[in-house]
Amino acid sequence: MTWCEWPGVLIGNEAITNYGCRMFGGLGLTLQLVTVSIVLGALLGLGLALTRLFGGTIAAGAANAFMTFFRGTPLICQLFLVYYGAGQFRTSLEAVNLWWFFREAWYCAAFTFTLNTAAYQGEIYRGAIQAVTRGQWEAARALGLRWSQILRTVVFPQALMVALRPLGNEVVIMIKSSAVASLVTLFDLMGTTRLAFARSFDLSVYLFAALLYLVMVEAVRRLWDVAERRLTRHLVRS
Amino acid sequence: MDYFLGLLFGPKGWAGNLASGALVTISLALATLPFGLALGLAVALAKRSGSVILRGLATVYATVFRGVPELLTLYIVYFGLQLGLQRGWKMLGFSSNLEMPAFVAGMMALGLVLAAFSSEVWVGALNAIPKGQREGAQALGLTRGMTFRLVVLPQLIRLALPGLGNNWMVLLKETSLISVIALPDLMFWTGRANVVTKEPFFFFGVACMIYLVFSLISSAGIGVLERRVGRGFVTGSGGQR
Repeated sequence: MTWCEWPGVLIGNEAITNYGCRMFGGLGLTLQLVTVSIVLGALLGLGLALTRLFGGTIAAGAANAFMTFFRGTPLICQLFLVYYGAGQFRTSLEAVNLWWFFREAWYCAAFTFTLNTAAYQGEIYRGAIQAVTRGQWEAARALGLRWSQILRTVVFPQALMVALRPLGNEVVIMIKSSAVASLVTLFDLMGTTRLAFARSFDLSVYLFAALLYLVMVEAVRRLWDVAERRLTRHLVRS
Repeated sequence: MDYFLGLLFGPKGWAGNLASGALVTISLALATLPFGLALGLAVALAKRSGSVILRGLATVYATVFRGVPELLTLYIVYFGLQLGLQRGWKMLGFSSNLEMPAFVAGMMALGLVLAAFSSEVWVGALNAIPKGQREGAQALGLTRGMTFRLVVLPQLIRLALPGLGNNWMVLLKETSLISVIALPDLMFWTGRANVVTKEPFFFFGVACMIYLVFSLISSAGIGVLERRVGRGFVTGSGGQR
């Protein structure tokens, strides 16, 4: 007996025992998708935020339009647009050697999630950078720092404190929304659970999946509390 | 261009179906709103109550429904209620099948989630009302119910509106998940159109644009509402940095 069968055995549920290993495998896929898209989305989101704040009119407008689109439409619609839509452009995608990417549901999901979270994260970073007072910029400039130095050494560390909370929320939202990956044939936690239910007709597999999602979300929340305490340890608390 | 217009408005065009789907999407969101907000306010009041049990229950409720994916909540409510109803129906001695309408299941699932999220907003707004307001009302001899209705509630709406506006935007987009339990909403008809015409990029693009328009209209509407309930309040230097 492997470890992934234990939860089912412990509570004496046959369906959870039989599908436990698949569900934990699905959990792995969920974590993979979320980690990849959050990290890549952070880089892209930071770029979007800087473009909106410091870019020219056209670049800032384009970044704004990108963010409005991805924040104003449902993730499931975006995912279907990419996953099903890409198939239509197969010949052109093959011509530019990108078909291998859009052929795989995993890549499509990671791609869509990245763009989606980049839009939300971009909004968070923009607000956080704007929250750094003008005096900080002026003082840094008076010290003769270059623009990139000001951003890196003065603005970003202070903006991170403001961005941390909403960023944690965004990670939680991403973990939850990643469940729609199951609708494009991916066997993430939601997908394996749907399979388990379709075969066993035992509702407890859904409750078990809910518990696993809750544990993930709670873990992120704890982790973020620790990070926040560390980042703000120099501030006097009342 | 004519080809795509034909797909929408031609003799076999999908515009009518998409419009009916959009109508279902909007009605579902609107039907969920009062249910979710009222339940959310109840959860918020429970969170602030003196009873340890009520507080605990409210916290567990909000934690669970904020931590579980909406899609999963939807499945649990849909299949769970279905099985429960079925069993109750059989126990009453009926042999026929009782089906749970997808619209009701969707409304309940989305309402439960909305209640969990909006309870946070309500708590924040309740906390922002100065203590003196309640004390003043008490000094005037108002009962607890009257205090809440006449003093707290009118201020609560102004304080909670920005947060509730966000909740509404999220709800509007979440309704798209309902298509998985075969409710003929906008996503459902878009999927159908895709299967029949093999034009996924066009139809999902159109669906995204319709959702986007709904979002833009909503955010403009919320802005108007916020200005309306906020009139008579000096906003100070806020907004201009």
